[in-house]
Amino acid sequence: MDILNALILLLNYIFIPALTYGSQLALGAIFVTLIYGILRFANFATGDMMSFGTMVTILFTWYFQSLGISLGVLPTALIAIPFGILFMIIYMLSIDKFVFKYYRVNKSPPVQLAMVSIGVMFVTQAMVRIIIGPSDQRFFDGEKFIIKAREFKEMTGLNEGLALKSTQVITVLVTIVLVSLLFWFLNKTKTGKSMKAYSDNEDLALLSGIDPKKIVITTWIIAGILATIGGALYGLDKSFKPFTYFNNMLPIFAAAIVGGIGNPFGAFLGGYVIAFSEIFLTYAYKKFFMYILPESMEPESLVQLLSTDYKFAVSFSILVIVLLYRPSGIFKGKVL
Amino acid sequence: MRKNLNVITAYSIMMVLIILVGIFQSWNIALSIFNMCLISAVMTMGANIQWGYAGLINFGIMGYTALGGLAAVIISVDPVQEAWSAGGFDILMCLWLIIALVLIIRFILKNFQKSKVRNYSIAALIVSGIILIRFTAEPGIEAIEDINPAKTGFLGGFGLPIIFSWIVGAFFAGGLAFIVGKVALGLRADYLAIATLLISEIVIAIIKHEDWLTRGVKNVIGLKRPAPYEVDLQSTDWFISLVEKFNSGKLNLISNFSDRQAELNQLVIEGSSVFVKLCYSGLFLIVVIILLIFTQKALYSPWGRMMRAIRDNEEAANAMGKNVVKQHLLIFILGSAIVGIAGAMLVTQDGLFTPGSYRPMRYTFLIWVMVIVGGSGNNFGAILGGFAVWFLWIEAAPIALFLINFFTAGMSESHALKIHLIESVPYFRFLMMGLGLLLIMRYRPKGILPEKIEIK
Repeated sequence: MDILNALILLLNYIFIPALTYGSQLALGAIFVTLIYGILRFANFATGDMMSFGTMVTILFTWYFQSLGISLGVLPTALIAIPFGILFMIIYMLSIDKFVFKYYRVNKSPPVQLAMVSIGVMFVTQAMVRIIIGPSDQRFFDGEKFIIKAREFKEMTGLNEGLALKSTQVITVLVTIVLVSLLFWFLNKTKTGKSMKAYSDNEDLALLSGIDPKKIVITTWIIAGILATIGGALYGLDKSFKPFTYFNNMLPIFAAAIVGGIGNPFGAFLGGYVIAFSEIFLTYAYKKFFMYILPESMEPESLVQLLSTDYKFAVSFSILVIVLLYRPSGIFKGKVL
Repeated sequence: MRKNLNVITAYSIMMVLIILVGIFQSWNIALSIFNMCLISAVMTMGANIQWGYAGLINFGIMGYTALGGLAAVIISVDPVQEAWSAGGFDILMCLWLIIALVLIIRFILKNFQKSKVRNYSIAALIVSGIILIRFTAEPGIEAIEDINPAKTGFLGGFGLPIIFSWIVGAFFAGGLAFIVGKVALGLRADYLAIATLLISEIVIAIIKHEDWLTRGVKNVIGLKRPAPYEVDLQSTDWFISLVEKFNSGKLNLISNFSDRQAELNQLVIEGSSVFVKLCYSGLFLIVVIILLIFTQKALYSPWGRMMRAIRDNEEAANAMGKNVVKQHLLIFILGSAIVGIAGAMLVTQDGLFTPGSYRPMRYTFLIWVMVIVGGSGNNFGAILGGFAVWFLWIEAAPIALFLINFFTAGMSESHALKIHLIESVPYFRFLMMGLGLLLIMRYRPKGILPEKIEIK
């Protein structure tokens, strides 16, 4: 019984939150890695682009709520996401046309493009803050829990409750569907394959008749989908605040690099690596040991490897270690 | 004279703008903008040395600024004796442990061949070392943080004049830069950018949460000043007579004695804060000028030429027998140390240390906008960038308010859009920064004052 309790404890406080957070990071990391692999620059506007897409989704959610449209137990935001994606894609394509295209055509060094993306970051951040304001926005509605902690306790008779939020399930499901669609697209369709070819060797791809314009547009469209869905899921699960989104850029970068930048599958796994290690290392295991150890050996301290304040620091340290020992990432991305 | 015309024009415009603020808003605001401009100028000089001279991208400016600020706290705050006696021993033990750990790792790195076993044993050493350090430090940290947590709750510092911290801040930042440089400098440019950004976040996380050292988010307030206090000035005779002399024309117009006295009091209060700011301006100007002289000399020295050669063609410079790795590390440390000075200056000016206020937007990306807008590779350009961008950063809100009122003049005062726009005025500064950066990068990629290489 105690072992079961301990397992539920880990499931409730480590596994499920990490899986959710990891999925959100993974979507962002694939976004970063695609831009890096195909457009060849580190996009510092990642977090703010995600917040832009989320903002549009929130605005549409509010609009639908005012019209009285809802999905019942599911959050209304799910119908608003497609509109968010649409606006996000329009925004990204226009930014590409007015800003990034010039540097791409001139074959500017990647550093210059990264600098330009900082300009885009400022502008996007300003737009989000001007339109929706810098404060916390909650836009979740519908049924909050699938399993409530107390119901679970009554049902099983265990001491530990297991709470399963609907947003967590939605996040994981949507991520699985989206990522499998994406990999199918990249690996099986002609456009996807030509994107890969373009990423591997631009000149050869151009020689074999691949249209770079089409590649760039497809990349931004996929990026828009990933950014909006990733951002909206994060916002549904936690809450929407522009500053948090800006900060999320850092673990997302860490995930993309850990997974091997330029490699979408690596980025996907990298998200989970970062999320799990953040939560594993900062969780206080006291209760866990209380369950599995005999009473005489119960620990007195919190048995916490690092205080939760260092959550971000964990992912960054992982990144530094990976950069030191395996600069191409765990799952061999582009060799840089 | 002729060839420096654009520099002189640009700086004159900048000065006129600040003076205009002084005339139309107040001298207090103008001087505080001017002081912050000077501090920004020091930061941009540091970033410019790294980016403009050597082409190294450092997105960790925030971390070095914060370390400079930490130096200001550690140097100027009086030591908290009780805290030292409560937990000082444990902390010192930890310090020795860390030093021992570093030495052991160095020893292993030097004396053993590179192998998997070596890597794993080093990793095991670090992990066990961290656990050991935590166990040694825990009681000490708790004891220190328990002592009068509302007021101190930390070890305090050395109680020296805060000016020293400017030098110590440089050493702190340089030390961090040495470690970061050793770790990260081999990376490609955009990797280096990301790595330095993340490392600076780690530094901030440590400063924020190690309360025994920095009081963390509880902030350290009331740091000593190198300049006189306003309250003291207001009761000093020579200062009152100075203000009287300055405003004698205005005061002579008032015939009533009590009115005159009231007016004089008002002037003294205003004058005292202007005077304090002027003292800071003087100190900061000295720093900026000294740094400018050094950086200019360096730029045109053989060393500067070598740095440019390394920047423009690393392989060729390497082939010519220049030690690229060493020079990169050196310039990384120098630039970061200058940023550290700026961080200490900033805390000195504010008189308080607030770890929560260090955010990458303000202390990393804004500084980069300054460098790019001003002109990388040109010290005068970088300083001008610091001035222009900071000026715009502060004055963006009034400008935006003016523009909004201008464009929405037709709307009624209660129109929802107008109210919303006026409420979000503070965020227009981000928009202006972003647009400014994008426009400069597109149409004048070398900045307002581009780099020019003179061969003397």
